[in-house]
Amino acid sequence: MKEVITNTPPQNWYLVLSTLLFSIGVMGVLLRRNAIIILMCIELMLNSVNLLLVSFSAYAGNTDGQVFVFFIMVVAAAEVAVGLALLVSIYRNLGSTDIDVLSKLKG
Amino acid sequence: MEQFIQPINLIGPSLLVPLLPLLGFILLIFFGKQLKTLGPWIASLLVLGSFVLSVYIFSSLGNENNLDYDLFTWLRWGDVSLNFGILIDPLSLIMLLVVTGIGFLIHLYSIGYMHHDEGFVRFFAYLNLFIFFMLLLVMGNSYLVMFIGWEGVGLCSYLLIGFWFTNDAYNDAAKKAFIMNRIGDLGFLLGMFFMLFYLGGLDYATVLGNASTMEKGAPILIAITLLMFVGAMGKSAQIPLYTWLPDAMAGPTPVSALIHAATMVTAGIYMIVRSNILYSLAPFTLEIVMWVGVATSLFAAIIGIKQNDIKKVLAYSTVSQLGLMFAALGLGAYTSGMFHVVTHAFFKALLFLGAGSVIHAMGGEQDMRRMGGLWKYIRLTAITFLIGTLAISGIFPFAGFFSKDEILAAAFHHKIVWVLLSVSSMITAFYMFRLFFLTFFTTFRGTEEEKHHLHESPWTMTLPLAVLALFAIGAGFLGMPSVMHMPHWFNGFLAPVVETSKTILGESHHVDHSTEIMLMLVATALAISSIIFAYVVYLNRKSIPEQDEETKGFAKWVSNKFYIDELYDRVIVKPIMVLSDIFHVVVDKLIIDLFVNASAWMVGFTGRTLRLVQTGNTGFYIFVMVIAMMVLLLIQLVQ
Repeated sequence: MKEVITNTPPQNWYLVLSTLLFSIGVMGVLLRRNAIIILMCIELMLNSVNLLLVSFSAYAGNTDGQVFVFFIMVVAAAEVAVGLALLVSIYRNLGSTDIDVLSKLKG
Repeated sequence: MEQFIQPINLIGPSLLVPLLPLLGFILLIFFGKQLKTLGPWIASLLVLGSFVLSVYIFSSLGNENNLDYDLFTWLRWGDVSLNFGILIDPLSLIMLLVVTGIGFLIHLYSIGYMHHDEGFVRFFAYLNLFIFFMLLLVMGNSYLVMFIGWEGVGLCSYLLIGFWFTNDAYNDAAKKAFIMNRIGDLGFLLGMFFMLFYLGGLDYATVLGNASTMEKGAPILIAITLLMFVGAMGKSAQIPLYTWLPDAMAGPTPVSALIHAATMVTAGIYMIVRSNILYSLAPFTLEIVMWVGVATSLFAAIIGIKQNDIKKVLAYSTVSQLGLMFAALGLGAYTSGMFHVVTHAFFKALLFLGAGSVIHAMGGEQDMRRMGGLWKYIRLTAITFLIGTLAISGIFPFAGFFSKDEILAAAFHHKIVWVLLSVSSMITAFYMFRLFFLTFFTTFRGTEEEKHHLHESPWTMTLPLAVLALFAIGAGFLGMPSVMHMPHWFNGFLAPVVETSKTILGESHHVDHSTEIMLMLVATALAISSIIFAYVVYLNRKSIPEQDEETKGFAKWVSNKFYIDELYDRVIVKPIMVLSDIFHVVVDKLIIDLFVNASAWMVGFTGRTLRLVQTGNTGFYIFVMVIAMMVLLLIQLVQ
């Protein structure tokens, strides 16, 4: 395994990429109003963390992190299914996926 | 106190004495409905049982021996322990006999008197409870047990004055009695605290034993005795706490006879005689007791002249007679005071029961202006009433003569007191015969309907009258004046109780025989002249007291009881009302409500403010979430 790692780019690149992706996700969540986009941005944040995990795992020579990422992907798939189902339901009820419309809980 | 061998065999019977009426109370309260008319008979028989037991204890104990027995330890802390125990000595024996004996007669009388009342059974339950507490009061071996009885009889008095509780005025009278007694009880309670603190206990043996080692006139003794006397003022209706007793006549007449004439109101006198050593060691208090007694005696007698309600006259006469007893105690003549308690119990119970019989015959009318000429309709009542009247007026050989004469003889060395008490007895003779003539002689002044209703009472009522009349004649012979060269049984019997006081008080003012005869003649002459005066006014001139609105001048003052009730109302009740209004408006509404409302408003305000955080805007929630995460992260990094 050590040979493989020597041919790969430095780990900092992964960190930078991951941070970039995460920041894009955060900004998307904060700035966009469309619930679908927000859901996608959340996925983006999740996957940026996945990337980080995998890279650390590879550099540390410990496969635990990579196994963990598979689990996360499985759970994330389930979560997306639930999230999209909710979105469909919201759309059917309100005719919109704009989160500003969802203000029924105003105190 | 010397320690005698305990007569163990008497413990059982002496415990039964108070327990029988308690049993009666429990039976009547819980099973009254099932027992029906049997209940009152059971109640009466149980009191009779107590009386028989008392006689048995009396005959086997005598006056040489005491029964002082602690049942159990109630409280204990440090080296002080409060025991619950009984003491039977000559003093409690006398009270036992009076309470159970007269108590039984009045129970019997009530069977006839209260027969048609809805609360027939309840009435007897209360009466039995009263007898129980009264017995506890006189049988306790400590001030604590006495205090339990003291409070208990106050409660029963309250219950029985307000017996007809649908009448608001009666309820007010009951409350008045209770509150006035409470003022006195506070004095009693404070006196007990002082005793506990300075005399190391509450049982008579300890208190009196420790007190007799103190020097005469010690301030602490004066404080204790004065406080205890405040208690006696309340219970025994002395100035300034007497106004409840006339109002207490709202209760059924047997109650007035038993509680407000014969027994409960004499508790104050019993208490002072019981603590005679304390009082003898506090001459200042004795002086106060004497003057309060004299003032009350005279004051109440004067008010009695202008009263027109038959029971009110008797009530003021009771207050007056109680004053006479306190005057005797104040003069250091403890046994004479006690003697008057006993004779007064007989003739005043007789008079009240007689008045009850009159009211029964009149169908509830109590105003003497509407009576008259009853002699021929209710002869037996009239004759026994005459005996009672003669007894209270102090005519030889009726009971009142002997006891009153003894008190006057004791007062002779103190000329002013003697004169005032003689005047008071003279007035007593006048208003009693005024009552007697107005009620039983001249012509009937009631309605035709009432005239038709007139009838002698049933035997359950007349029998007690007859028995009490016998005692009103005979009881005086228990204490013959020395001039008659007969043994003074009563003083001899009580001698062990007041032995120590005799030595403390030192010189006794024994009048010689010729003076004594002179005193008797003067007293009798005064009484007879009052009777003649009453005869002239109410029989010869047939004058009838004017209607309330017609009285003027001084008479108006007297018939309105010198406006004392109004004075108390102005000086005490009204200011308290104003004060409570102030507290209501300022303290309650302004201060307390402010705190309560302010805290409620704070909660509301916080809620209203924090509500704004919940915008319902999902984007905002997410924003806050992200910010919060970043903050958490920052904190993590800083650490």
